[in-house]
Amino acid sequence: MRQHLVPHALAGLALAAGLLATTAFTATAATITIATVNNSQMVEMQKLAPIWEKATGNKINWVVLEENVLRQRVTTDISTKSGQFDILTIGSYETPIWGKQHWLVALDDFPAAYDMNDVFPSVRQALTESGHLYAVPFYAESSFTFYRKDLFDKAGLTMPAQPKYSEIQGFADKFTDRAHQQYGICLRGKPGWGENMAYLDTLVNTYGGRWFDEKWNPQLNTKPWHDALSFYIDLMRKDGPPGANSNGFNENQALFATGHCAIWIDATSGAGLLYDKNQSQVADKVAFTAAPIARVPNGSHWFWAWAMAIPTTSKNVAVAKSFLQWSTSRDYIELVGKTDGWTVVPPGTRASTYENPDYLKAAPFAGFVKTAIMTADLNHPTAEKVPYTGIQYVAIPEFQAIGTTVGQMVAAALTGQMSVDEALKQAQASVTATMQQAGYTQ
Amino acid sequence: MNRFKTQLAGGIAWIIAILNFFPIFWMLLASFKSEVEAVQTPPLFFFHPTLANYRDIFALQDYAGYAFNSIAISVLATLLMLLVAVPAAFAMAFYPGRYTRDILLWMLSTKMLPAVGVLVPIYLLSRDLGLLDTRTALVIIDFLSNLPIAVWMLFTFFRETPKDIIEASRIDGAGVGQTILYVLLPLVAPGIASTALLSIILCWNEAFWSLNLTAHNAAPLTAFIASFSAPQGLFWARLSAASVLAIAPILVFGWISQRQLVRGLTFGAVK
Repeated sequence: MRQHLVPHALAGLALAAGLLATTAFTATAATITIATVNNSQMVEMQKLAPIWEKATGNKINWVVLEENVLRQRVTTDISTKSGQFDILTIGSYETPIWGKQHWLVALDDFPAAYDMNDVFPSVRQALTESGHLYAVPFYAESSFTFYRKDLFDKAGLTMPAQPKYSEIQGFADKFTDRAHQQYGICLRGKPGWGENMAYLDTLVNTYGGRWFDEKWNPQLNTKPWHDALSFYIDLMRKDGPPGANSNGFNENQALFATGHCAIWIDATSGAGLLYDKNQSQVADKVAFTAAPIARVPNGSHWFWAWAMAIPTTSKNVAVAKSFLQWSTSRDYIELVGKTDGWTVVPPGTRASTYENPDYLKAAPFAGFVKTAIMTADLNHPTAEKVPYTGIQYVAIPEFQAIGTTVGQMVAAALTGQMSVDEALKQAQASVTATMQQAGYTQ
Repeated sequence: MNRFKTQLAGGIAWIIAILNFFPIFWMLLASFKSEVEAVQTPPLFFFHPTLANYRDIFALQDYAGYAFNSIAISVLATLLMLLVAVPAAFAMAFYPGRYTRDILLWMLSTKMLPAVGVLVPIYLLSRDLGLLDTRTALVIIDFLSNLPIAVWMLFTFFRETPKDIIEASRIDGAGVGQTILYVLLPLVAPGIASTALLSIILCWNEAFWSLNLTAHNAAPLTAFIASFSAPQGLFWARLSAASVLAIAPILVFGWISQRQLVRGLTFGAVK
């Protein structure tokens, strides 16, 4: 294995040297600090980063934090101009907001060798504000439907290429067998703007709902919200796992990987692990299809990108840019594929990844992921017009608080602590108050 | 009947001890499982153990650096705390003033403030003083946040020391420093030891300020554990291994010093 890695490491070194030779920035040796999250792609980057360090003479200090802690730390650091970090891992939600505040360095001057046109336009658009690119994508994801093909085959059922929620409900009813801890459907229930609300937003969108009308008036007490929430709660109570209000992405992925879920609607980035025989007990039984639709196709599947940005407080902008050019390049993806396998390459960012036969062979879900990402329209997330962008979030600074508060009310309705009507009534009142305080409405 | 009561008490004590220890035992087991085994339901008690999680951790993170920071911060903050708390408690126990009790209550009341309430001012102060991501910042914060508990504990120990002994030493010509050093400290050594041990444990486990004020240079083991929690993917096994590595030193330290700690706590401050 070690012998096998040596040629790849050497290739990586040559690659890094070649890429850096083309860079427009003259970076002198320095130590940069990168704040990032602990996921498989970032762990992979930490493993391969010594290749870049050796090629450039620079050094990297990694600060790895849990997602919510990272957001808090990075927000504090950047808003107080403390300058502890040179590169930040941020999402497509924060990038335009922070870019607008001039907290991030514009990355419009990357050299031609970086091949910015290879990055999916929808991904570039999500990381752009006022015509400036403020972050480069490390990986991007959408959402789709995972299902157990063996169970469908056994029951003589076929999952449609574009399922409807009514069909999903029928399948989930058939596959639920509580005595054997098999649940027809697994959906997020853990409260939080990035947890249960990420999924529920897509459900509300496809039911024809929206967060705000064109004048920023909250719309949570409307029929689409009521129908969507009622459907979600009925489905989860009947066919979902027990304690679903504690289940987020990780918990549901674990339930699916250990054979307890027949259907799971969640992030496309979950596919890599489910297809990995070392980590999934259903690797040869999992199949996928598009995210379901209820009434309208708008916003039925989300878009998210983890990206890397440079805060304006960084004292090593040139070195940081040099690292970003290396770690988000086409060649880096190639290096990961050759070193550790094609199922673990950062997905969803570059067209060239989806033209690579090795990747297409190792990742049967690749085409679906590409289509889902390409068709996720951040600018038209709902059937009716809205003043915001974002599918499973609203790209305004207040949304983290709003989304989490509403998420708690949805979780309360799921556990039966309040009715759907009460939850939406309280949610509407809370969001209205926040929007008034923030000056969006009077 | 008495024998029955003793056996019952012993049984209850065992149940409580097992309930307390079980999460640590489960964490230890999970650290030797694969990620899928760690999330398996029903949970697995028998499996093929692997050291892969420990190997990955040592490959990814500088464990020794984090451990050094934890040791340095805990020891320095405790020494600083003793340096201030011993004279303070001495003065309050043997020379109480009109407002001594009020001062003691006020000191304790500072522990009732949620740490997050002062996050912004402390963060800005640290930034302006150039103390972000330094061990100095954490030593000062740990020292100050544990000081009220230490003063209270030492005050209670000192108060139980006969005042006549202190007065006799003063009559014999000993100064305040000599009285504390040669008369008082030998008498209350178990109490001081248990206060110091408790302070070290509290400093070791402190996570809020470590996560908010450090980045790389001064990050202790609590930040090390936090770095293995993930937003996506399975991570319980590796997180368990990181937790085992983080608590192992303080667990061994507590095991070795448990007699002193229990003696100090049960016969001194909280009896």
